[in-house]
Amino acid sequence: MVTEKKRRLVQLLSALGLNPDFLSLLRGEINQGKSKGVCVPALNCYSCPAAIGACPVGSLQNSLSSLRYNLASGQKKFGLYVIGSIGLMGSVGGRLACGWLCPFGFLQELLYRLPGPKIQLSQKLNFLRYVFLFIFVLFLPLFLVDSLGLGAPWFCKIICPAGTLEAGVILAAVNPAIRSQLGWLFAWKTLVLIIFLVLMVLSQRPFCRLVCPLGTILGWFNRLSAFRMKVDLEACLRCDACQRVCPVNIKIYENPDSSQCIRCLKCEKVCPVSCIGHDWEVLRPGKKQPALVQK
Amino acid sequence: MEKRRLWFWIFLALALILVVMGLASGEFNTVWLKAKTVCLECIGIG
Repeated sequence: MVTEKKRRLVQLLSALGLNPDFLSLLRGEINQGKSKGVCVPALNCYSCPAAIGACPVGSLQNSLSSLRYNLASGQKKFGLYVIGSIGLMGSVGGRLACGWLCPFGFLQELLYRLPGPKIQLSQKLNFLRYVFLFIFVLFLPLFLVDSLGLGAPWFCKIICPAGTLEAGVILAAVNPAIRSQLGWLFAWKTLVLIIFLVLMVLSQRPFCRLVCPLGTILGWFNRLSAFRMKVDLEACLRCDACQRVCPVNIKIYENPDSSQCIRCLKCEKVCPVSCIGHDWEVLRPGKKQPALVQK
Repeated sequence: MEKRRLWFWIFLALALILVVMGLASGEFNTVWLKAKTVCLECIGIG
């Protein structure tokens, strides 16, 4: 089986595996199983009725937004479990989960296949993901708190289109009590969602490139993760065939450990001289090979 | 030992330690309690 078909199958199974509780979905409730205490390696809203795991970004904001309250009330809860869980995901695969497991990434790839004009987002816009991460996920939940010391998950609240799509729209459709409470915030989030859905048709993985805080954090681990990309620079023609198929528009030969690389492995397939590869070599004792192979 | 391999094991160990420390202080339950109730902010109400 070719890699791209295999990846599509994994993405589909992951989307279903992370959201298998269709009974809760039909009842208009959300799953309440103990598995929801486990952070999943994807941006998958825990308020999606069918979700059986916790979104690491939502959980991180929740931990930070209650940190001051916990400190004031003597509770030793610092969000270590969530930070450690994200660290585990990153250490093992870096952004591998973005390319293979994330349902929202999968949705973006499906929408991009729709016919229509296509645009290339400028690399200059990539700084935006750091703005979203540092301001909305870290700074505001931690510092914008009420008199009790409790904050809010600001990224979920005013930005995250995944939450709006997987939780807001679905719950509003199946649960009349929730539908009756919707106001300006839902209207704003729906507008953000629509903008991103349109962008997804026009451009490859716009949310991953411009916004996703989880992808940004996991990207930092691309330099040290067990999974790594490799390029044989001696064989590389610099033909940029890799960049043309790359969902995040990078030249893998310039930096195989790029924090933007989602490890979808599309570049491997199109390379005319097969100089791009990947490995789990960190896990294999005794085998040493640099990411950039120069003979 | 190659630097990358060393850093990988350091970060993996650190992540595991954080997870264990978090579990010991009951943070699994905190995440679960948040995740099992409808997040009003996520759906655009709160």
